Amino acid sequence: MKAPIFTYRRPDDLDGALALLADHAGEAQVLAGGQSLMPALNMRLSSPGMLVDINRIGTLRGISDRGNVIRIGALVRHAEVAESSLLTSRVPLIALAMPHVAHMAVRNRGTTCGSLALADPSAEMPAVAVTLDAQIVLHKRGATRTVFARTFFKGLYQTARDDNEIITDVLFPVAQSDEVFGFAELSRRHGDFATVGVAIRARQKPGALEDLSVVFFGSEPTPLLSPSARSVTLPADSTDAALAGAARAMTADMEPIDNHQGRGDTKRKQATVLLQRALRDMLGRIHV
Amino acid sequence: MSERHSITLTLNGRSVSAEVDARTHLADFLRHQLKLTGTHVDCEHGVCGACNIMLDGRSARSCLMLAVQADGAVIDTVEGLTASGLIADLQQEFVARNALQCGYCTPGVLMTATELLSRVKSRANPSRAEIRDALSGNYCRCTGYHTIVDAIEAVIQRRAGAIS
Repeated sequence: MKAPIFTYRRPDDLDGALALLADHAGEAQVLAGGQSLMPALNMRLSSPGMLVDINRIGTLRGISDRGNVIRIGALVRHAEVAESSLLTSRVPLIALAMPHVAHMAVRNRGTTCGSLALADPSAEMPAVAVTLDAQIVLHKRGATRTVFARTFFKGLYQTARDDNEIITDVLFPVAQSDEVFGFAELSRRHGDFATVGVAIRARQKPGALEDLSVVFFGSEPTPLLSPSARSVTLPADSTDAALAGAARAMTADMEPIDNHQGRGDTKRKQATVLLQRALRDMLGRIHV
Repeated sequence: MSERHSITLTLNGRSVSAEVDARTHLADFLRHQLKLTGTHVDCEHGVCGACNIMLDGRSARSCLMLAVQADGAVIDTVEGLTASGLIADLQQEFVARNALQCGYCTPGVLMTATELLSRVKSRANPSRAEIRDALSGNYCRCTGYHTIVDAIEAVIQRRAGAIS
């Protein structure tokens, strides 16, 4: 339960960090909040030759309003996100998800961008990013690119990020006036990783919700955007039976994996109940 | 041979300089090198909360941070908070309500409570539900959560009363 030997570098600027990653590609790992990397090191699930600690790179700090998007820098901690009135008002889905993210001491260190980079299947931030199709900004030495969240997550802990790249920012689109959001998850202990969860964005029309983006997480290798959800229209006066039927049709898109948290078909049933509750809550919040 | 780094931090109000292995986490540095054994080590992967310390005024897992990362930081442990008297009322309340049983989780729980208490203002005091939410990051294997919540709630109310 002790980390293996590695070299430690703490560059003061982004160029320094990118140079280290370029020169030690495949060997160097980025250390930001460390709330997932450190457990992996302590348990020797990971043994990088070098850690590149980016915590002193000032340009990676901060949450800022860029008009159509809100930018979250690589060093922004979960606690800072949870306490941000800008994010609460402009990206309300994040505010719905944050109470489920880890525990106080972990939120004080862990970062949003780190959560995206790790791509734990049961983490909340990747699911939120996929729901809103956030833009993930990647830097490597001499080049920058932006990848949309819906194409970023490739598989279990696999992303579009190359070993020599750092996620410097994530850009979340601000909520439109006709958008309504929902979030629900099931976990063994509050703040623990989800057994299964659901994040939702929808548009409100007079008396109904439509244009649904429904993302399931925790149960699949990557956050799963439900193809069936997009064409669904939910009247504000939907009966419980109708909502249950709609939820069942959407969770039929899932291919939940069996693990210690439960069997796949159990998770599908749990997701159906969570989705039904979240949709009921959203219908209660639309202006009729 | 592990790489060594020189660090200087403010620990319990005093400047401390030391040489640390790159791979040594902060909890082991505190306990093994500085002999500050009030910070406890249990799961070493961030689940249990026994190793919580205060980092720049907020709680953090000392097993999930390298000692070398504490360079330049302000760290407080249960030893420092006890000596300062800042949480004396909290500690007395824990004793009075039998909120520590075996005591293993207690230093970590006190850090969580310290951060929670730092938010106590004359308005918007943490509710009982918020206390429980904060404590969700600390395991007490004696399962004495009820009295821990009681103790923290009592101190919140007393301090809020003193402010208003």
